[in-house]
Amino acid sequence: MSKLDKYLRLDLMPHFACPGCTHGIAWASLVRAIDGLGLDQDRTVMVCAIGCAGRLPIYLNFPSIRTPHGRALSYATGIKLADPTLNVVVFMGDGDAVAIGGNHFIHASRRNIDLTAIVAINEIYGMTGGQYAPTTSFGRKASTAPFGMIEPKLDVCKLAMGAGASFVGRGDAYHVRELTPLISKAINHKGFSVVEIFTNCPTHVGRRSKHKKASQALLEFKDLTVSQAQAKKMTGEDLHGKYVRGILHEEIRPEYVEEYDRITGFKEEGAL
Amino acid sequence: MGKSVLMQGNQAVAEAALAAGVKFCAGYPITPASEAMEILAGKLPAVGGRFIQMEDELASIGAIIGASAVGKKAMTITSGPGFSLMQENLGYASMIEMPIVIYNAQRVGPSTGGATKPQQGDMMQSRWGSHGDSPRIVLCPGTIREAYELTIQAFNLSETYMTPVIIMADQLLAHNRENVVLPEPGSIKLVSRRTDAVPKTEYLPYRVDKTGIPVLPPFGGGYRYNMSGMIHGENGIPDLSAQTIDTCIRRINRKLERYRDDIVRVEHIEKEGAKTAVLVYGSPNRPAKGAVEAAAKLGIPTDFIRPITIWPFPDKEVRAVAERVDKIIVAEMNLGQITDVVRAAVEGRAEVIPFNKVNSMPITVAEILELIKKAVA
Repeated sequence: MSKLDKYLRLDLMPHFACPGCTHGIAWASLVRAIDGLGLDQDRTVMVCAIGCAGRLPIYLNFPSIRTPHGRALSYATGIKLADPTLNVVVFMGDGDAVAIGGNHFIHASRRNIDLTAIVAINEIYGMTGGQYAPTTSFGRKASTAPFGMIEPKLDVCKLAMGAGASFVGRGDAYHVRELTPLISKAINHKGFSVVEIFTNCPTHVGRRSKHKKASQALLEFKDLTVSQAQAKKMTGEDLHGKYVRGILHEEIRPEYVEEYDRITGFKEEGAL
Repeated sequence: MGKSVLMQGNQAVAEAALAAGVKFCAGYPITPASEAMEILAGKLPAVGGRFIQMEDELASIGAIIGASAVGKKAMTITSGPGFSLMQENLGYASMIEMPIVIYNAQRVGPSTGGATKPQQGDMMQSRWGSHGDSPRIVLCPGTIREAYELTIQAFNLSETYMTPVIIMADQLLAHNRENVVLPEPGSIKLVSRRTDAVPKTEYLPYRVDKTGIPVLPPFGGGYRYNMSGMIHGENGIPDLSAQTIDTCIRRINRKLERYRDDIVRVEHIEKEGAKTAVLVYGSPNRPAKGAVEAAAKLGIPTDFIRPITIWPFPDKEVRAVAERVDKIIVAEMNLGQITDVVRAAVEGRAEVIPFNKVNSMPITVAEILELIKKAVA
């Protein structure tokens, strides 16, 4: 019995994830962060939508809602505005966050409502059979890119920063120990926070990339990502094609609901 | 008697929503519905509510479902193009049994159509616009006073039956102004969803008691359950066994069949010796009544029947009229969306005569009177 068991719906185990999938690392890191912060389990709402990443809250013992594909952030917005005292965590995959849900992602970043968005990027639509995502690396094969990915890859963190998110961080499933502290900081941040986590999909990406083992993808992350300390020592040329981990952006900006209540003179029902 | 106020249709909907206890509204600007949203944007904060203008209609309805999951009465406001975008999340609200209210001020035509002109072109969409068999209650106000009353009823029905309710007006009703005598604030019966869930240790969100309606305690209140648009069992967790699929789809729909008589509202004016009836819904209410009165003066008694609840369709009530008369004139501002529903309801007991107007001009007394005269000639 682990001290984290209380956060899981153990009766639903085993979970559905494929052997070698690292979404579980992202989920476990989130649960550890919640535990470390001592968040009230009854007052922390999990919102997610569709796909492998979107199936998470089923296994987590919190009030949870799985919305239509891509809409998680709009539901989370309504939840937070209806009760700003709730902690609201949104867990999304590539499609939810930046394809079908891309518009919601932009505007959630801009508004700065106090939500935490965890975005697990495995470069693929795993649940539907390995179609390419906006986050698929150029040249990578997918079931709908049999000749290789033609489109450029979308950078989730750059999009979040460009749209105005007040906390943006990145991690990957290889550098596991960095994830829980990063997610904890994101949850503690007052405003809209985004944590992008590179995960792998051995079933679709790994297989089409001729990986011998699921762990090969993790070794790719080791080369693909650099810490901020490493990045500082690198030239622009060296950094080309690399992804910096850690907190990429953090600013104090007025939080939407607090501003709303201040500007509109919001009065709780029954208050004088 | 309450006070008399000159009110626009959109205003009546917004004021009624406030009287019903709405605490959250999210919307996206659209003609001819926006005024209702503007009023709520101004008035919600003072009554402990919040408004947000979202990035599109998908997000607007998503946000109100989220707010409703926290136990707040929530609504969105739109017109045809936005209503089309809302179908996805509307089906979701039906599926997870979350009360929400949608106000649709219909405009003319498919696609962008005509923003400032009326039609009743979304009637079938209001019932069947989402994929799958997803239940919803749809109300059609015939006057601005009735729009006020039905908006309150929409919240009551939604909270009672844990299902989305749609108020279908059109541009005529939305933008016209008339004197509305408001009910005394204390005289309005308001309903809120049940909170008497069984203890947490025994609780499953979709294990229903004898009412057949789930009790979904607001998020944050200590009940940790899952809601999902996927077919789910009593525990709210996806399950695609044939038995669960059948139970899930039938149960969410059966609620409305079982409580049909409480949900269905019609206005029926019987005229002794009538051989013809006129059936309308929504804003053609007044010209149809005018034509029936004019026909009576000419010695042609004519029944008037108006579904106020359009879905579930008042088939029994319409059939009863068909037993009394030989012909039923169905006048609609569309190409006959409800005509076939009337035909199915009357099952050949009366001839159904459609009158369909889609040029965006209101149906007139003279047009319906002419049809009545022709029917009895």
